[in-house]
Amino acid sequence: MPTKSAARTTAVPEPPRIQFEGVVKKFGLNTVLDGLDFSVARGDRVTLIGPSGSGKTTILRLLMTLEEANGGLISIDGEPFTHERKGKRLVAASEKYKRRMRTKIGMVFQQFNLFPNMTVRENITEAPQHVLGQSKDVANMRATELLAQVGLEGKADAHPSQLSGGQQQRVAIARALAMEPKILLLDEVTSSLDPEIVAEVLAILRDIALSTDITMLIVTHEMQFARDVSNRVLMFDGGRIVEEDEPEAIFTNPREKRTQDFLKAVL
Amino acid sequence: MNNVDAFIAALPGIGRGILVTLELTLGGAVFAFLIALALGLATRSRLLLVRGATRIVIEFFRGTSLLVQLFWLFYVLPLLGIRLDSLFCGILALALNYGAYGAEVVRGGISAVSIGQFEASRALNFTSWQRMRRVIFPQAWAQMVPPFTNLLIQLLKGTALATFILLHDLNFFINELRRSTGDTLFAYGIGLVIYFVIAYLLTLGMNAVEVRAKNRIAAGPTLREVMGLKPPKARSQIDQTPRSRMTGVIS
Repeated sequence: MPTKSAARTTAVPEPPRIQFEGVVKKFGLNTVLDGLDFSVARGDRVTLIGPSGSGKTTILRLLMTLEEANGGLISIDGEPFTHERKGKRLVAASEKYKRRMRTKIGMVFQQFNLFPNMTVRENITEAPQHVLGQSKDVANMRATELLAQVGLEGKADAHPSQLSGGQQQRVAIARALAMEPKILLLDEVTSSLDPEIVAEVLAILRDIALSTDITMLIVTHEMQFARDVSNRVLMFDGGRIVEEDEPEAIFTNPREKRTQDFLKAVL
Repeated sequence: MNNVDAFIAALPGIGRGILVTLELTLGGAVFAFLIALALGLATRSRLLLVRGATRIVIEFFRGTSLLVQLFWLFYVLPLLGIRLDSLFCGILALALNYGAYGAEVVRGGISAVSIGQFEASRALNFTSWQRMRRVIFPQAWAQMVPPFTNLLIQLLKGTALATFILLHDLNFFINELRRSTGDTLFAYGIGLVIYFVIAYLLTLGMNAVEVRAKNRIAAGPTLREVMGLKPPKARSQIDQTPRSRMTGVIS
């Protein structure tokens, strides 16, 4: 596998895959993100770490349009994401525009959220068929490949309720990949799994990270995974980036006191 | 003429009455279901105007008496120059009244589906229609069937009011039987039994619908397994619904 990360972190002429400019998000009186700026280059695999409530998951949810920002601008590949251009002005994005932009993004959730009314195969093929317009055969073939990739060849006709948590999460990963996203959001994907199952899910994600150039945004408490998979780590606290660096540097030699305290507590 | 002879003589009438009652019940149920779906989904509209209008319609038809609604359709509308067939009036009144109740069932069923299902289907970029049709509704449906069964039974019993708009339904012929025998206890006893039998048959049918709906979301055995035609398969160890909720559906 070629490693692309080193080349990709350096400045590239193309616009960043993801860019946050002055993004504000409030829940009631609680300001979760307070004018956040950061960008992610193509193929970057960025892990967001920090104490709970620091706004990491909110960043993923904003990108997936599960939440709406109260201010600021989010762009994907240089195009505004939450807003669309009408002439020279930027207006709030319509649902149609959001759907177009959303095709670039996939998400895997902490709670898997597989559809219980569908088999494993249907979970994976439903959106490619009806959203991307793939034929049934193409979608099925791709599902078979993906199931093999996540080590669940024999489970295509099972229902999600017949699978263990780790297996369900692997199906959820296959489901997200079937949509061929440019950006994959991983929201604490191992947090509701038993400790002995965590490794099997992480191994698959590591494999995907190293064999594709999907941009990944990862929220996790698995510091070893962050270290293995990501090429950049952002330390969050209070809706701001406290420190960012390559994983090796941030885990072995954090500069900020806040990062040191956090890592001491979780490692 | 003793009661048995009178009953036998009344049988053809009672048979016709049962047919009218069934027409009212099934016609009312079908249209009530469609109205419930439309109103129930509209309560979740993004547009305040749609939500507000829906709320008014639901509260109006839920909050006014079925009998008064029947009288309006049958006796008041002709005064305004609109004359409707009496069977149609009966079906329409039942549909509007129970449709308004049903709308709450639809709304409740959809709200009971976990937020994660909405979010996952949004992440997969389904349109809101696809999301409802392919993901949310099949799950909500399993929740909706038991309260819909209640409403269907109530609707059946509500059809007895149709006698007041001159329909010859089961209730009408029971009254005829009372008149011809002079035995109130006997006639209404017969009425009680026939309504109960119809209600019970409807319940059995709806239980089958419930078993299928739960099986479709992998939260229960298949209908064949429940009916005992096939030995039950060993269920998976990780079922989402507690066993106690699945058994006893048809007992």
